[in-house]
Amino acid sequence: MRRAATFVLLLLGLSLILSACRPAAPQTIKIGVNAELTGGIPVVGESCKNAAQLAVKQINDAGGLEVGGKKYQIELVIEDNEDKAESAAAAAQKLATAGVLAMIGPNASRNAIPAAEVAESVGMPMISPWSTNPKTTIDAKTGQPKKFVFRAAFIDDFQGVVAARFAMEQLKTQRPAVLYDVASEYNKGIAEVYKRTLEQNGIQVVAFETYTTGDKDFSAQLTKIKDAGADSLFLPNYYSEVPLQVQQAHKIGFTGAILGSDSWGNLELISLCGTECEGYFFTTHYAPDIATPKAQAFIKAYEAAYGKTPDDVAALTYDSFGLLFQAIQAAGKIDRQAVRDALAAITLYEGVTGNMQFKGTGDPIKSAVILQIKNGKFVYFTTANP
Amino acid sequence: MEFYIQQVLNALQVGSVYALIALGYTMVYGILTMINFAHGDIFMVSTYLAFFFSTFFLAVFSNASPLLVFVSTLLVAMFGTALLAVLIERVAYKPLRTAPRISAVITALGVGLFLENFMVAFKPVGPAPRFLPPLIPQINYTFGGVTVSSIQIVIIVVSALVMFLLDTIVRRTMVGMAMRAISWDKFTAPLMGIPVDRVISLTFALGASIAAVGGTLYGMAYTIDPYMGIRIGWWAFISAVVGGIGNIRGAMLGGFILGFVEIFTPVFLPSTYRDFVAFSLLLLLLIFRPTGILGRPVAQKV
Repeated sequence: MRRAATFVLLLLGLSLILSACRPAAPQTIKIGVNAELTGGIPVVGESCKNAAQLAVKQINDAGGLEVGGKKYQIELVIEDNEDKAESAAAAAQKLATAGVLAMIGPNASRNAIPAAEVAESVGMPMISPWSTNPKTTIDAKTGQPKKFVFRAAFIDDFQGVVAARFAMEQLKTQRPAVLYDVASEYNKGIAEVYKRTLEQNGIQVVAFETYTTGDKDFSAQLTKIKDAGADSLFLPNYYSEVPLQVQQAHKIGFTGAILGSDSWGNLELISLCGTECEGYFFTTHYAPDIATPKAQAFIKAYEAAYGKTPDDVAALTYDSFGLLFQAIQAAGKIDRQAVRDALAAITLYEGVTGNMQFKGTGDPIKSAVILQIKNGKFVYFTTANP
Repeated sequence: MEFYIQQVLNALQVGSVYALIALGYTMVYGILTMINFAHGDIFMVSTYLAFFFSTFFLAVFSNASPLLVFVSTLLVAMFGTALLAVLIERVAYKPLRTAPRISAVITALGVGLFLENFMVAFKPVGPAPRFLPPLIPQINYTFGGVTVSSIQIVIIVVSALVMFLLDTIVRRTMVGMAMRAISWDKFTAPLMGIPVDRVISLTFALGASIAAVGGTLYGMAYTIDPYMGIRIGWWAFISAVVGGIGNIRGAMLGGFILGFVEIFTPVFLPSTYRDFVAFSLLLLLLIFRPTGILGRPVAQKV
């Protein structure tokens, strides 16, 4: 008994000495990335990871991030959330325990919403680059904005309205139809706003059809849509599923216009679609062909590093890191609460995806662009301002 | 009216694929009374074999006739998948043949997980969804208000042909007779000079090559990804049980029933009820007719 007590005391002493030996402050800042590297939308995860590594490399190559008069190197901790809600929450938990200062991601709303709950409860600042569903930054219980959750993208309340206005004014739709994934927050949220906006303008949605994530056969729903005499079809779904939906719509003889949302904005869509998506429009965050000088510099650096044009996820991830770096510098210390306060204090940020204004919530106010698929490329069509 | 004809065509297309995969479940169950839960993933591997072969073939012979491309892809996928299934049977199932049945089922689940994760980790495949290159040109034919695509016709006709062929093999050939003999009494069959191991391997090969036909046809119409075998495997399994597991015609019937459930549920109900309807059907059947629609009740000998 006595021996055991001595042993414990010895251990305690040893650990005290060891901890005293550790340097007082860390030389690096750890930042977590929670991305969809595998699962249904792996290209989103890859873009996010690429842009994160680029943003960090640029800072580190320039000598590090200066915080409170001292330069720090940035260290990335990348976790795969498998594009699953539960894994996204687990990854957020893991990053929080690993001692990251802040977390970038997840990207898809279905993952960002559960991860945001974790970030909020442990008090870890989180910026979702690409999540557009309002619930990401809103506390479900109180209806108040979450304190630690921010995003770089506009929200679906805005995007749905932009898409609906475009359908009315440019596509002149009289008999619109929607097919959306009812099990995915993003798709569901935007589909509902689209429908509401059209109906407020006196246009009835003739078919409002659903499916579940992972479905491959939409022929039943598409046949219903065709049977309802729809003249336009809104597909606010992820790039991995849209080509199938478009192809199957053509297979049963649907000839109306097809419209999409920012989840289309991935070149993978075109390689899966072939020529079937030619001429269709979608709303998104930025257009590489009308880039500002800042955006051009980013596009050039990204192309040099990865050999391809950055998509919207990459651009938004890069902006998320820009926001975070600015906040860390403004905070002046490596502390989650201080970084959170500094993020909340940012009112205007000039990003590569345009100017973002923050008005006391984690949601930026920014404009949307509408792109058209032309000759296998995304081409700028018009801008919609808030 | 056209609306319903169109939906029936959609259901036949989906049902054909389920029926082809259900056959693999039912054949293995018939002969080993074991549920091969890796079968859905074997189906997934077959679509990738079709994907890689057809991509390669079209790159080398870019102006080959569609018939040649289609048939060669089908044969390569069938052969490769059969080989894989025999290998799995030899490595993972045969050593467990005398072990409790549950061991083999758990092993099968493990093999399925192995195949899925291997494909995700295997660089040329990866997690991204893909389309097969067009094996046959897509042409839409319109009759009245009903549109049928060439791919839909090929899926339905080829499936029917393969099912007819299999039915003939099982009912009219020596091999088929050996299979039925083993499934009837696996202790007496070897005494009659039936090479049990070889017939079991052949059953796996046959079931897998039929799944490969399903896989190639499926790949022509839908995107493929390493996790696709899970859901389709489950639906095909339900098809086999609904039709009467162990019964070949039952599996075909079950496949088409599930195809109709898949298409007609969203016609009358919200699409989210689809799995609910399918699994309710399974439950009801298990309560009132546990041997399935065409399965005959078997008295357990004590």
